[in-house]
Amino acid sequence: MVYENPDGIRIGLEIHVQLNKLKTKMFCGCSSDYHNAAPNTHTCPICLGLPGTLPVLNKKAVEAAIKVGLALEGEIAEETQFHRKNYFYPDLPKGFQVTQYDFPIVGKGKVVIEGEDGEHVVGITRAHMEEDPGKLVHIGSIEKSKGVLIDYNRSGMPLIETVTEPDMRSPKEARRFLDKFRNILEYLDVFDGNLEGAMRVDANVSVHWGTRVEVKNISSHKGVERALLYEIMRQKNVIRRGGKITLETRHFDEGRGVTISMRTKEEAEDYRYFREPDLMPMRVTDWIPAIRETLPELPDAKRARFIEQYGITDMHAKALTSKIMLADFHESICAQGVDPKIAATWTADVLLGELNYRDLVIGADVQGYAIICYNQKNPDIVRHIRVNDMVELVTFFAEGKISDRAAVEVIRSILDSKEEKTPLQIIEERGLLKAESDLVTMAVEETIAENEAAVQDYLGGAEKSLNFLVGQVMKKTKGTADAKTARELILKELKG
Amino acid sequence: MITKEDVEHIGWLARIEISEQETVEYMEKLNSVLEYFGQLDELPTEDVVPTYHVAEIYNVFREDIVEECLPQETVLANTEYKQDGTFRVPKIG
Amino acid sequence: MAKWMSVAQVKEKIIEDSAEEVTARYLEVIGKSKVNGYTKVSEKALEHARRIDSEGHDGPLAGVPIAIKDNISVVGLPNSCGSKILEGYVPPFNAHVIEKLLSAGAVILGKTNMDEFAMGSSTETSYFGPTANPWDLERVPGGSSGGSAAVVAAGEAPFALGSDTGGSVRCPAAFCGVVGLKPTYGAVSRYGVVAYANSLEQVGPLANNVADIAILMDVIAGYDGRDSTSIDSKIEYQKALVDDVKGLKIGVPKEFFGEGIHPDVEKAVWNAIHKYESLGATWEEVSMPNIKYALASYYIIAMSEASSNLARFDGTRYGFRESGENWHAMVSKTRAEGFGTEVKRRILLGTYALSAGYHDKYYLKALKVRTLVKQDFDKALAKVDLLMAPTMPNPAFKIGEKIEDPLTLYLSDVNTCPINLAGVPSVSVPCGLTDGLPIGLQIMGKPFDEPTVLRAAYTFEQNTDYHTKRPPEVA
Repeated sequence: MVYENPDGIRIGLEIHVQLNKLKTKMFCGCSSDYHNAAPNTHTCPICLGLPGTLPVLNKKAVEAAIKVGLALEGEIAEETQFHRKNYFYPDLPKGFQVTQYDFPIVGKGKVVIEGEDGEHVVGITRAHMEEDPGKLVHIGSIEKSKGVLIDYNRSGMPLIETVTEPDMRSPKEARRFLDKFRNILEYLDVFDGNLEGAMRVDANVSVHWGTRVEVKNISSHKGVERALLYEIMRQKNVIRRGGKITLETRHFDEGRGVTISMRTKEEAEDYRYFREPDLMPMRVTDWIPAIRETLPELPDAKRARFIEQYGITDMHAKALTSKIMLADFHESICAQGVDPKIAATWTADVLLGELNYRDLVIGADVQGYAIICYNQKNPDIVRHIRVNDMVELVTFFAEGKISDRAAVEVIRSILDSKEEKTPLQIIEERGLLKAESDLVTMAVEETIAENEAAVQDYLGGAEKSLNFLVGQVMKKTKGTADAKTARELILKELKG
Repeated sequence: MITKEDVEHIGWLARIEISEQETVEYMEKLNSVLEYFGQLDELPTEDVVPTYHVAEIYNVFREDIVEECLPQETVLANTEYKQDGTFRVPKIG
Repeated sequence: MAKWMSVAQVKEKIIEDSAEEVTARYLEVIGKSKVNGYTKVSEKALEHARRIDSEGHDGPLAGVPIAIKDNISVVGLPNSCGSKILEGYVPPFNAHVIEKLLSAGAVILGKTNMDEFAMGSSTETSYFGPTANPWDLERVPGGSSGGSAAVVAAGEAPFALGSDTGGSVRCPAAFCGVVGLKPTYGAVSRYGVVAYANSLEQVGPLANNVADIAILMDVIAGYDGRDSTSIDSKIEYQKALVDDVKGLKIGVPKEFFGEGIHPDVEKAVWNAIHKYESLGATWEEVSMPNIKYALASYYIIAMSEASSNLARFDGTRYGFRESGENWHAMVSKTRAEGFGTEVKRRILLGTYALSAGYHDKYYLKALKVRTLVKQDFDKALAKVDLLMAPTMPNPAFKIGEKIEDPLTLYLSDVNTCPINLAGVPSVSVPCGLTDGLPIGLQIMGKPFDEPTVLRAAYTFEQNTDYHTKRPPEVA
């Protein structure tokens, strides 16, 4: 099946990603851990742009950029350098942004996504490094602002801007691209997508192969899909009414779910790019082999391996590899000898579903030990889900000691309570263990199913075959069953 | 030759308010300098590589090591326009 | 205490008396100044000197006072760059060179006057008013480090730091009859020095003699991890102070003796060259055909970089702020009020040179011409050890004489700015007087060959007495 793209939609994305896993900013030693800090406490003369200060590039930022480049199958430039993008804005303490221009560190690459008609290749045009501006808070709304407050804690944070070709043919594909892209970056351990402002997206979109419109400032994946759906509908309506799409930049109003034309500035900006004279060019292609060595198994490869190694379904493999911490979690569970398929079901279907339902996201992990989730709307709600707990739970379930309803209840209880209890504690407290009689009944059913000949003998009149069957039940229940009860249950079962 | 409109445009790009009268003055002075700069046109440079820097240095980096930041009151010490630990400016547009 | 002392003499005096007395003496001279060389005299200088006396200090400049150009950041002192737009701004950090000086034990006397943002050759465009030339108070001291040169010439500091983007150390050194060095690009960290044109400028010392220049370089030069253009040359500057030029090959580029050169300047420079010859050096004429394009190339590059460097002065975080109905208007008014005319002209020209449609015609072209100028230096310096020429084609001009016409003023940098394009070291030493005004000899060398440049300058000084001449008006 080939996707026809009936509306001639082309979507390209520009994604700004903060390299927030680095300890310091792009050009100074200020800590990058500013997200919960008071304003202007994570700044220094350099990121405040005080007169006389000079930037010095964080080596780890370049390594991270190369990592990203390699993961996107991009070309790493032989020689790369920084430029100044000159414009005035209060969040920009130097009056220019240090960015890359005609010599970006990463050139053409690609990402394969699950498209409308199967695997679909999205071309990467380039990826480059740049610094983040500070943060503005408008007193009142943007339109009726009385003033602006500036916090430069974010100023100078290292960013990677990735530009794609306009290869996506639907908002769904754009969202899938972003999911994939974010996942890759998290695998590379250069980026924590849960932090505020960690990823910002500009999208350009056109319909009927026509003029493209840029939609700026979208901060979530859902937002991208919504913004694009709205914008495509808007453009189609304009054309239907005989209008023309003009080249413009629009702003996405997340609250109202609409795109708004940004007031055209008094005069067009002219960024007057020129080479940043305070930073020297780089020749770093000889770093590539060593960096390639450190590249982790990426999502696609991991997914294929999960199917192969654990014998799980593609859907489960996809869900489990959608976040590296979850994939590690699954592997830790399996390493303890539980059935991988059952483990996959309980992690991918049940645990993930229950997390989603509670707005809990995986924020961190202690590898081999636990994943740590927190509530997106209320970050104070934090839950630890331990590998051992999942192992215990899955084992109980696999051994038939608890029903699937009981197992779900255990997971819910872990997620709903601050108290950190083990599944066994919960099972005992709530009496979730299958009753003894249930166990005997199960043993009886099994015994009957497994001993066709003895059953036939008994039904044919051989009374002592009944003794044999009782003995089997006693064996299955390790002697815990009462022989008299077992006998009655067998008789009841056989007589229907 | 730059025109009055050019002066107004670069004044906007450079965020320097220029009065009507100044526009003409700037135009004259800037043009006399630009005329002088025009002498470079006589020098053929098609095959010449630009020199951005005399020092041919590559790969200057710092390690990813945290250094001390400035205290908030020091950051804000050079302005009287501040509020709740932030810099305060008029609305943007 | 003598009014003009070498650093060695100052150090003797400190041992004899105290750092406090020496500093107090300089402060007294500054108090009677006729040149307006300081924008700010430090209120902590005496206390600092006293502390050095009481606590002792084993640094090479223990207790030695120094003056600092007002574009070099010193904690606790304003850093105004001669501009209203930096009104009230006090940096919370020290420039690299200041850290070096302080750990060497130097006592900072204060900040010296300069052309606004170092954009000028006369120290007339400062918000603090013009500085006068100690040799003739109606004349300019040169610029942009005019304050630093004037206070050294007037005995208000034993030595000083300036910065040289297109001649800003050498020009005032020549006009004020002192020694001034523009080091090789990368030799001295620029961290904490307010940028005018990043790819061209260096911090440079000004002093009454070559030995003091070397002493200062040994303190301030060297690698700094905070300046990505810093280079570790491991030069020991004082070791270069040898009275010997035998066998040195001197090139005399005729393009530096162009139209409009003052005959006395030409004569004084040739006398100097012949002096070298008599001391065992040889000389030959060399040709540097692209030098005549250097000035235009230099100004385009400097203005372009400056237009971007000065964008941070927007009234938002520090300095002067004008009110405005919104942020952009506030910024436009602040910059209109806060910057002087010449600075605004250069920002506008630089903005134009980088703007869409003109970038290649001006900026890129200038960078290509820079290549040709640099090649001229490479070729000439492949044949000879040093180049010698007048620092300034003319002696100091009258205050107000050239201020109205920017181009005329720019043209006075004709012999100094090519050096910055090439990034080579260059020193200006006194080599005569004309009508009571000093003349500077410019000695240029290969990159990081300051030792040869300083050796030649030192030898000249040891065998002449020009450097002992003092301005009568302030004596």
